[in-house]
Amino acid sequence: MEMQKKSFFMVPYLAWIALFVVAPMALILYQSLFDITGHFTFSNYTSYLESTTYLKMTFNSIWYAFLITFFTLLISYPTAYLLNRLKNKRLWLLLIILPTWINLLLKTYAFIGLFSQNGSVNDFLRFVGAGSHQILFTDFSFIFVASYIEIPFMILPIFNSLDEINPSLINASRDLGASAWQTFKRVIVPLTMPGVKSGFQAVFIPSLSLFMITRLIGGNRVITLGTAIEEHFLVTQNWGMGSTIGVILIIAMFVVMFLTRERKSKGGQSR
Amino acid sequence: MKKLIAIFVGILAVCAVIAGLNHQMNAKTTSNEKKVLNIYNWGDYIDPDLITKFEKQTGYHVVYETFDSNEAMLTKIKQGGTSYDLTVPSDYTVQRMIKSGLVAKIDKSKLSNYKNIDSRFLNLSFDPNNDYSIPYFWGTLGIVYNDQFVQADQVQHWDQLWNPAFKKSIMLTDSARDMLGVALITQGHSMNTTNYSELKSAQEKLNLLMPNVKAVVADEIKMYMKQNEAKIAVTYSGEASEMMSYNKHLHYVVPDEGSNMWFDNIVIPKTAKHKAAAYDFINFMLEPKNAAQNAEYIGYSTPNKAAMKYLPADVRNDKQFYPAESTVKNLEVYKDLPLKVIGNYNDLFLEFKMSK
Repeated sequence: MEMQKKSFFMVPYLAWIALFVVAPMALILYQSLFDITGHFTFSNYTSYLESTTYLKMTFNSIWYAFLITFFTLLISYPTAYLLNRLKNKRLWLLLIILPTWINLLLKTYAFIGLFSQNGSVNDFLRFVGAGSHQILFTDFSFIFVASYIEIPFMILPIFNSLDEINPSLINASRDLGASAWQTFKRVIVPLTMPGVKSGFQAVFIPSLSLFMITRLIGGNRVITLGTAIEEHFLVTQNWGMGSTIGVILIIAMFVVMFLTRERKSKGGQSR
Repeated sequence: MKKLIAIFVGILAVCAVIAGLNHQMNAKTTSNEKKVLNIYNWGDYIDPDLITKFEKQTGYHVVYETFDSNEAMLTKIKQGGTSYDLTVPSDYTVQRMIKSGLVAKIDKSKLSNYKNIDSRFLNLSFDPNNDYSIPYFWGTLGIVYNDQFVQADQVQHWDQLWNPAFKKSIMLTDSARDMLGVALITQGHSMNTTNYSELKSAQEKLNLLMPNVKAVVADEIKMYMKQNEAKIAVTYSGEASEMMSYNKHLHYVVPDEGSNMWFDNIVIPKTAKHKAAAYDFINFMLEPKNAAQNAEYIGYSTPNKAAMKYLPADVRNDKQFYPAESTVKNLEVYKDLPLKVIGNYNDLFLEFKMSK
């Protein structure tokens, strides 16, 4: 009876996994084995690996995703740390999460308004006498907007892991003579590593395949794998090549998951 | 286990109900068969007043659905399950639809207004006899410039875009065939070339343009040009006419050495259920007064010769949208190239976009 009940409750989960995780990935893998004329082939993979364009694009994507993750982490960790010490921390957190309720495209378009030649930022620069600058369609604007969009997804897990730290651990550390810096370095940082890791996953993986922002803010001067997938599915209609890049991204995702997995504690080192 | 069975039975019951409803609705649409016309067109691509007029004149009820790219439309029609009576693909898509047998032959004897179409725009390579398609609007690929930053004589020819004075000021349309096509023209080749070495040298030429390129975008060009964000854009006349209606500093040039000429055409999909209505509508739209009204509303160039005299003189004589015959004869219509060649175009263009 107990077993039956358990398997009964497993049904929605298994159905979900089968329909929306396994089946799409299998379909992508299947699609990637056909060339543009519909013949079964591995040529998509060989041409991917032989083409300097695609390899360069892959490198670009990883590099931009890394930069975006780096800057979000740089901003998020101190923010989460400070938020956690505030009085109404839940409210402040809510204010940071609020923008994620707004549609991504709307936010992106808002940045076009801010960054364009006659936008507020250039108005301000002209006002202070710095002259107007080309901000849109640069690496800077792309990384800035992407980081802005990803920040809540980094803050949230870090905040939660900070929130879960038992204050007595910090008190103990201070009692035992550690300085504030030592406490931070030896107690707080290790204890928040799981949060940082899940933040890393939540930011790095989507950043690898950003495509709308590369076009709207980057003006396609920034080309990532996401752009290539969009192009292969919508313009070239070369679904095989698009799927191949999709498979590569899935593999990249697994690699990232593996590298940032939660390791079982070996002895007392990390705990 | 019992519960599991109960759930499955429940799901099956829901499916059965949905299937029943579906059948019911299909039955309903067939009973109204004579009164409905399903049009599948680009967004905002017809004067709504004309639809009302058509409904009043003929008693049909028009159902108007929209798409935003040829590919999206093609995918939907290919998958079946739709019963649009009319749709409006561009030239190369017409060719593709004919090849895959998605469109029905048009009996021109039923279209008394067919004779109004300018013969220059008939019997083109994508449908040599107009057996399947009726031209709806036509246009070109050209240069839009903002007269606050650029003199007219600086941008009369494609080659002038390579002028170092235009550093980081040109917006290109994100389309492999259009942009490689521009480079091909400057080198005296056809925009329909299948020759790889010609394409390669076009790409090399295009790479030299990169320092002048501000962005490679799509629909957003309209917004940016309206806001004076860029000095120059390479785009289609249709887009140009829309941005020009918002910003009077913008002008459009079709370089006379050659460019692309595109057509949007009315076709009747094979799955159409109300063919008589479709013919009535095509004929209605070919009536000179209606065609003129539509052209004035949309701002694109009409292929309807008889409609020209109903257009205001400043529209009719606008060389930007009705270029001189000497230019028109240099314009090329895209052919639907073999998939391999299209792949080459796209790969080379992607490489161009990667070059910085």
